[in-house]
Amino acid sequence: MEKSGIQSKVIEIIGRYAKDKDAAAAATETTNILDDLKVNSARLVDVILDLEDEFDIEVEDEDADAVNTVGDAVALIQSKLA
Amino acid sequence: MSRRVVITGMGVVAPNGTGLDAYEQALRGGVSGIRHIPLLDELKFGCRVAGVPQGVDEIAGEMFAEEELLAMNSSHRYGCIAALDAWTDAGFDRPEPEDDAVFWEAGAVIGTGIGGLDTTGEKLVPMVDAGRVRRLGSTIVEQVMGSGVSARVSGLLALGNQVTSNSSACSTGAEAVVEGYQRIQAGFAERMLCGGTEGSSHYTWGGFDSMRVLCRKFNDEPEKASRPLSASAAGFVPGSGAGILHLESLESAESRGGRIYAEVLGGALNCGGHRSGGSTTAPNPVGVQRCIREAVGAAGIQPHEIDAINGHLTATGADPREVTSWATALDLTPDAFPWINSTKSMIGHGLGAAGALESVACILMLQGGFVHASINCEDVHPEIEPFAGSIPHETRELPELDTIIKAGFGFGDVNVCVIFRRWQA
Repeated sequence: MEKSGIQSKVIEIIGRYAKDKDAAAAATETTNILDDLKVNSARLVDVILDLEDEFDIEVEDEDADAVNTVGDAVALIQSKLA
Repeated sequence: MSRRVVITGMGVVAPNGTGLDAYEQALRGGVSGIRHIPLLDELKFGCRVAGVPQGVDEIAGEMFAEEELLAMNSSHRYGCIAALDAWTDAGFDRPEPEDDAVFWEAGAVIGTGIGGLDTTGEKLVPMVDAGRVRRLGSTIVEQVMGSGVSARVSGLLALGNQVTSNSSACSTGAEAVVEGYQRIQAGFAERMLCGGTEGSSHYTWGGFDSMRVLCRKFNDEPEKASRPLSASAAGFVPGSGAGILHLESLESAESRGGRIYAEVLGGALNCGGHRSGGSTTAPNPVGVQRCIREAVGAAGIQPHEIDAINGHLTATGADPREVTSWATALDLTPDAFPWINSTKSMIGHGLGAAGALESVACILMLQGGFVHASINCEDVHPEIEPFAGSIPHETRELPELDTIIKAGFGFGDVNVCVIFRRWQA
């Protein structure tokens, strides 16, 4: 799967949890999930579960903890799919 | 410090109408909100009818963000819609999430009898049992915790005073009103959103069905199934929904020029101690009568000033005993007995929401000058027959209606009684 395809899926999934929908619509690789999109930090667990379902991967807790930006999530998924 | 407390806003999500206008219209029209629930056929319930509010997901979809809805089961949806409606009905705007101002003077007591059993039954238990704890996600706890609804409401409205959820079975909703009333009266808060909410879930209803306290005889005629005061009453019909009252100190309401519906004249709470025939599932009549008398005393009125009784009256064998308790406690003979009706005849028994849904009905009756029909009791129970003249079979226009007494009696032998008076500026 191409990086751009992964990124748009990631943004769509995170967008469900974003309080700032405008920021979610304009999200890029460097967008911070908590600070820029105003995602409630407790919901990061749900974002990871949704990403696991979407890409049929399993994300370890340590890897999940390292996801801060959209780009981090995309890179993590790419490494799992590689 | 003892201050006067008034009701300045209300919200309601009921099986026969959501929103004050729809609810009042349904109450005036004697419209039942009891429907056949096909899932209960499939699951072989004895009682296959229930009161479930209609069109709620559409309303919730317009009121709440996608992220919020992911963690809002039916109990949360009902409670939050009613709370937001009560807040705006009182004349306040819903605050923006980015606005850091907190309403330190406003709080909430929003209870529930059973809680988020739909979440427990549909997600929590099956996933934990299947070894899938990791997949539960972050939205379970806030939906099953006892205070989940009041917590959600406080976040939506930036409430900064006491925010809690009470639970006292079928007394819950009216108990919340008394709790908030006492808090404002004592000077600890200026405004309190008070009431109860109960979700719609077969997991909630199952235990009652197995106790054989639900009506099994009218599955083919849902609108006739809830029959308080009737000789053919055959058990209660489970209901659901939410009612929320915005209670406010008279000073606060007057200083901002708020519209006042009614005054909370007084209230009382007690427990019969499971003695004199009382148990978890049956009331000690001594406790019931004390509670009624204490409410009348707290209100500073005489029993003859009461124009109407909105009873607990669930359509079980307890109805005749309840009517007797009212007559004994108020020391009123049948000829001097006020109107008596049961809102449950139209909406079923909303459990933790019941007292709140019915308190909203009381305020609407005071405001609109009517006593709604108590439906499905054309055949008044023989033991209630002496009081039959006090039961409205049709809605009565009563412009002079001033004072209503409302009670709730719950499992655990707990009692609540509250008295409302129409506001006359």
